[in-house]
Amino acid sequence: MYPSDYRYTKDHEWIKVEGSTGTVGITDYAQHELGDVVFVELPRVGAQLKSGESFGTVESVKAVSEIFTPVSGEITEINSALVDSPEKLNLDPHGSAWLVKIRLSDPQEVAHLMDAAAYQAYIAAQAKEHSA
Amino acid sequence: MVNFGGWEMPLEYSGILSEHEAVRTRAGLFDVSHMGEIEIRGPQALDLVEWVTCNRAAKLAVGQALYSGLMTERGTFLDDLLVHKISDTHYLLCVNASNQDRDFDHIVSQNKCEAEVENAGPRYSQLAIQGPRAKQILQPFTPVALDPIRYYHFVFGKVAGVACLIARTGYTGEDGFEIYFDPEFSDRLWNKLLQAGEPFGLIPCGLGARNTLRLEAGMCLYGHEIDETTTPFEAGLGWICKLDKGRFLGSASLVEQVQAGLRRQLAGFEMLDRRIGRDGYPVLIAGQQAGRVTSGGPAPFLKKNIGMAYVPPASSSVGAEVEIGVRGQAAPARLVALPFYKRPR
Repeated sequence: MYPSDYRYTKDHEWIKVEGSTGTVGITDYAQHELGDVVFVELPRVGAQLKSGESFGTVESVKAVSEIFTPVSGEITEINSALVDSPEKLNLDPHGSAWLVKIRLSDPQEVAHLMDAAAYQAYIAAQAKEHSA
Repeated sequence: MVNFGGWEMPLEYSGILSEHEAVRTRAGLFDVSHMGEIEIRGPQALDLVEWVTCNRAAKLAVGQALYSGLMTERGTFLDDLLVHKISDTHYLLCVNASNQDRDFDHIVSQNKCEAEVENAGPRYSQLAIQGPRAKQILQPFTPVALDPIRYYHFVFGKVAGVACLIARTGYTGEDGFEIYFDPEFSDRLWNKLLQAGEPFGLIPCGLGARNTLRLEAGMCLYGHEIDETTTPFEAGLGWICKLDKGRFLGSASLVEQVQAGLRRQLAGFEMLDRRIGRDGYPVLIAGQQAGRVTSGGPAPFLKKNIGMAYVPPASSSVGAEVEIGVRGQAAPARLVALPFYKRPR
C-alpha cells in the first residue's frame, strides 16, 4: 500500500526522490480522510518553496486541505491533469495522481521524513486516536 | 463518524458523491433518528402551536404536515420544524436534534393555555427513504397504499410489522418518505429496507449527502441560513409566515420588519470558475464585503459549485455579479434563483 521507496510527512504527503528531483503527492490515508476530491489548486512552475510551506489546496466535497511541501526547492512540473480530473486523487494517490515535481535545494531534508513503516505506525496511531 | 447534537453519526458510507447521485436517480436510506420530536396534546394544543409557530397550523387537515418556524419574541428562528396534525387535539412537531431541549423548554415557557407538552425524542427513531424509487422499495413492506399519500401528508400503518407514522416528506428535494417508530425496531427496519432496496440501487446515506442534497434543493439549514438572528422574511420563507393569522410570538416584530423593509435577503449563487465558495466565506459586491456565505459547496448533480448568502436587497437580483472571497482571492459568482434544483415531475 505505502511504497517503501517513498518518504512521508505527518501532514500525509509523500515524496519520491530520483536524483535531485522529488515527486510529491498526498497519501492514500489522506485521500480517504478527505473523501471525494472535487478541486485541486497547484502552484506555478518556478515557484520557490521552503520545506513545510503550503503550496496548494485539495478540496473534497466536505473539506479544504492545504498541501505542504516535504522539502525545499523549486517547482519544475505540476500535474495539470488533476485540475480537470481531481477525482483521480481518490483512485491513484501514490501513482498517476502525483501533484508536483520539485528540484531539491537541500537533499539532506529527506532524511528527516518518515519511511513507509514509520508512516504506517503513525497513521495507525492516528486512527486509534480518532476512534477513542 | 461525527458528533452531531450529541449523536455519533456517519458523515458518509460509500462517499458523498455516490450517495448524492443515488438519491437523485434511484434511492437512499438515511438514519435520521437524531431528529427531535415534541408532542402537544389537549383541547388547547392548536392554540399553543399557533402561538409559538409562524405558519398557519389551523388550516391543517388530520394527516397533514406543514413546514414552519418556531419563533422567538423578536420574530427570529428558535428552530425550523415540521408540524404534523394527528388529531384536533394532538400535534407532533419534528425539530432539529441540537435544538430539541431548548425548543421544548421554550414551548413549555410559552404554554399559557394548559396544553400538554411532551419531549418525545427518545420514543422515536426515524428513517428517511428518499429518491425516485423510494415508493417502489417501501411499498412491499406495508399494507398502506403509498401512492395516495400526497406530499406533506402522512398516515399511520405498519412497515415490516412495525407500527409507524409514514410521512411523505423529506429534506433532499426528491420524492420519498420519513417514517417514525419505536427505537426498539431501528435495526430491523434499517436492515430490511437496505436489503430490499439493494436491487433497486438504494444505498445508505450519511450527513454529508443529506447536506449536499438539501443545499442543491435550496433548503435552509438551522445554524446556517436561519438562526436566532434571522427572520422568515429575510430567509426567503415569507410563505411560512402568516401575519394575517392573528397574533403569535414574534408577530409584532415581524410586522415592523415588513413595514420598515428588509435589510438583507437570502440569495443563491453559483461560482463562475472552478473555485468553491464555502460556509463563512465573505461575499463581495463592488469590492466591498456585503455578507457571508451561509452554506456553500459542490452541487454534485448540477455539477456546479453553489451556495447561499445574505446580501442587501438592492443587490439581490438574479443575474447580479458578485464575488466570493476564497482564501484571500475574489472569485466571480452570479446570483441565481432558488431552488438550484427542482426534481422533474
